[in-house]
Amino acid sequence: MASHAAARNGGARRDQRPLKKRLADASAPYLYSAPALILIVTVMLVPLVLGISYAFRDIQLLNPFSGGFIGLDHFKTLSQDQNFYRALKNTLWWTGWSVLLQFVLGLILALLLDKPFAGRAIVQALVFLPWAVPSFLAGLNWAWLFNPVVGPIPHWLFSLGLMSEPYNILSDPQLSMWGPIIANVWWGIPFFAITLLAALQAIPRDLYEAASIDGAGPVQRFISITLPFLAPTIAITVLLRTVWISNFADLIIVMTNGGPADRSQIVASYIFTQAFKRLDFGYASAIALVLLALLITYSMLIVILRQWLLSKD
Amino acid sequence: MTGKRIASVLAHRLAILAYVVFALFPLYWLLKVSVTPNKLLYSEGIRMWPSQTSFEHFDFVLKHSEFPTFFKNSLIVSGSTAIIVTVLASLAGYAMSRFTFRGKYWIVTLMLLTQMFPLVMLVAPIFKMLSPLGLTNSLTGLVIVYTAFNVPFATFLMQSFFDGIPKDLEEAAMIDGATQFVAFRQIILPLTLPGIAATLGFVFTAAWSELLFSLMLISGNDSATFPVGLLSFVSKFSVDFGQMMAAGVMALIPACLFFLLIQRYLVQGLTAGAVKG
Repeated sequence: MASHAAARNGGARRDQRPLKKRLADASAPYLYSAPALILIVTVMLVPLVLGISYAFRDIQLLNPFSGGFIGLDHFKTLSQDQNFYRALKNTLWWTGWSVLLQFVLGLILALLLDKPFAGRAIVQALVFLPWAVPSFLAGLNWAWLFNPVVGPIPHWLFSLGLMSEPYNILSDPQLSMWGPIIANVWWGIPFFAITLLAALQAIPRDLYEAASIDGAGPVQRFISITLPFLAPTIAITVLLRTVWISNFADLIIVMTNGGPADRSQIVASYIFTQAFKRLDFGYASAIALVLLALLITYSMLIVILRQWLLSKD
Repeated sequence: MTGKRIASVLAHRLAILAYVVFALFPLYWLLKVSVTPNKLLYSEGIRMWPSQTSFEHFDFVLKHSEFPTFFKNSLIVSGSTAIIVTVLASLAGYAMSRFTFRGKYWIVTLMLLTQMFPLVMLVAPIFKMLSPLGLTNSLTGLVIVYTAFNVPFATFLMQSFFDGIPKDLEEAAMIDGATQFVAFRQIILPLTLPGIAATLGFVFTAAWSELLFSLMLISGNDSATFPVGLLSFVSKFSVDFGQMMAAGVMALIPACLFFLLIQRYLVQGLTAGAVKG
């Protein structure tokens, strides 16, 4: 195969193919990727640039006189917007707990599924099922479970003595955020479990055998073999999920709509509320731009941290 | 020693059982309430299974509500999106897998970046762009938007499947005189059928679930998709839990069917990718 490739390269150097054929060959990869690229550029990149420009303009859908450049006015308003700061704090809370619980429970599930047992295929299909549930339906489903009229959860909590009477935690300002977080954990465990299981199955089995012969216990084997092998996958999935979950407004919009009294409003749902309900596209874009900047900073920090850890070894 | 082993096997099975119960209970409850007749809904609110079941809610939803329209709209949007994305992603994924070319690095970077930035940021500009083209309040507009959103990830997915197929196959075909495109279509694509199935299922599920853009771009009932229809139904008739959950069960069916068909390939594909990278 190597000699074959070399022969092709040699052919390319002293090219005897007609010009038309050479042009066709050189343009092939671009032709294959052009349709996808054109679509991504027009439907994602162009709106992104437009969105950035909106952040500096006064754009209100229902106001025909809006549209002028107003410089940094939106950002000045934003810096005094208490709702925004609360949403920012809520975003940290929402993202932190969701990612942590999804990751820990997903890792445990992946480890459990990595052991062969009778009926593993069917169990795997069943525990991954929540991932297929549309997110809006997961939100509604959990909202109903928390509802004392038809859902069992408040009654269980009441029987356990954790609640003085069965009520809906989604309307409790102190607890409302936990509703969407629990729904998100339920919905997101499979993603971590699938990716981590795939990484686990790629670890060479003889490593474990060698380690047991050397007398390593299960905990030791986990720390010295499994974790180092999983580390790259863990790093990338946690990074991606953090960014993704902090942008994920569906569950909150469906379950609490940010309420009660904005106690469960995150930045992403706040942006959506500004755009959808108040039709203030300019202000919504300004908030979105700040969120984007924060997420890019976060990703850069993680990448730098990783480089630093790698160079230390 | 054997006692310890039995205990550890038992703990393993119990833990698995706990996960299965946690994963399935909410869906079970959805099903349970949807078949509970109205007169028992409150009196037997927290019983595990009602003493009597009926399909009256499903009957009502199918005959007297607009859910059949929502269902049809969602099916059209998700199906077209899945097919178009898979075609585009197969082509682009093949280019990524088989060619080295100038600008490849930038294309990959662009696609990765699109996975990072907040889609909420695009809600307002996309509405403004589609509105003069008459593509708001239309299923075509939704298909275009969903296709673009799903192409990058689908391309990576297809690329990992192509990477798992030896290059010799199409080189042999090309020595026999086939062009690369013919080799791609007749030899490589049939071998990636599992990958194609996984991509179709993945994109279908994603489009079926999308809420925010559908909510923003669609206003009337005629072209509302299932999520939007269900949500407006909930805010309008928030007392009729049986009917809402019957509609919920129906929204669940296509996504779950697709998922059960493809979930095996998904782990396989990711394993192949993990081994490589």
